[in-house]
Amino acid sequence: MSTQTAIPTPRSPYARRKTTRGNFELYSWVFMRASGVLLVVLVFGHLFVNLMVGDGVHAIDFAFVGGKWASPFWQTWDLLMLWLAMIHGTNGVRTIINDYAERDATRGVLKVLLYLAFTITVVLGTLVIFTFDPCPSDAPAELLASFCTA
Amino acid sequence: MTAVVENTANAAPDGQAGAVASFEVTLKIRRFNPEVSDEATWEEHTVTAHGTDRVLDALHKIKWELDGSLTFRRSCAHGVCGSDAVRINGRNRLACKTLLKDVNPDKPITVEPIKGLPVIKDLVVDMEPFFASYREIMPFLITSGNEPSRENIQSQADRDRFDDTTKCILCAACTSSCPVFWTDGQYFGPAAIVNAHRFIFDSRDEGATQRLEILNDKEGVWRCRTTFNCTEACPRGIEVTKAIQEVKRAMITRAF
Repeated sequence: MSTQTAIPTPRSPYARRKTTRGNFELYSWVFMRASGVLLVVLVFGHLFVNLMVGDGVHAIDFAFVGGKWASPFWQTWDLLMLWLAMIHGTNGVRTIINDYAERDATRGVLKVLLYLAFTITVVLGTLVIFTFDPCPSDAPAELLASFCTA
Repeated sequence: MTAVVENTANAAPDGQAGAVASFEVTLKIRRFNPEVSDEATWEEHTVTAHGTDRVLDALHKIKWELDGSLTFRRSCAHGVCGSDAVRINGRNRLACKTLLKDVNPDKPITVEPIKGLPVIKDLVVDMEPFFASYREIMPFLITSGNEPSRENIQSQADRDRFDDTTKCILCAACTSSCPVFWTDGQYFGPAAIVNAHRFIFDSRDEGATQRLEILNDKEGVWRCRTTFNCTEACPRGIEVTKAIQEVKRAMITRAF
């Protein structure tokens, strides 16, 4: 007949783009649960020590942080907290992007931004935790904290 | 017990004893016809309905008496074939199992095609994406060895293990209620997982490992966010979300 309709044949259009089998999503799912439990302990421990023990929130200053990072225990604690929180949060946002971004291009751009933010934060944070020196030897005297000269 | 007409309270105004009360109901239907326009439009029809009428009866009345161009699917019209899943007042239901009086006939009742599947015309959607993911999970018994010469007997407890998921009628109410499926239609969807569950937990089936592998996909069970839309939508009352979580658990115990 002369009038052809624009309806595609019912059986043609759909195809799963590709199979993406593998344990990645399984491990990511388990990691979210495990890291979540650990983070509750780490974050509340962090808040308790910083805000409640001793003078509490009034004790926090440059020296307090400097003193804390002189101890390997707090270095490890903060490092663990940084990594777990960043991976946990990034993975969560990755899931949200997957759920809400409808176009592949949008999804790609958002994920690149996300992983960039993740890398910068984790690299900088890790660097600071390990290389932090409250009293650098070659700094001018007027820039140093008061306890360095003592 | 003898059937006796007792309920005269609901009698129609004409005073006929036992008559079912009738009322006017307006259906606001999402119409789409690609031969006429690329845009879908809302169309309202008012029909006289009875307290025992279902949404499907009102749709029939419109199609048969008012506008023959109205297009929708239905086969058995009694909640078994799963043809007439539509979105009624924003919720996925079977038109043949929803009484008009249960969806507030005082206001116009909205009737739309189910979401996430391409609309062909009016309330008819292309179910092929839905059936494609159903086929992928291999919805048939997989066994090894010789062809059995007698019944493959199963204990009542073994049968009960997957009883809930045998009830699925493939109406797509669950899959098309899932927000994750709406995004890009790549997610396997609750119905495929429910039908995989039916075989994974069947003691006679030997394809559990294969099915778990198929669903251990980026688009498989791990995309479930447990929003329970599927469980609420299921016209058979299957605990869909629970079934999905059981498949997840089976994968985790297999991996660790």
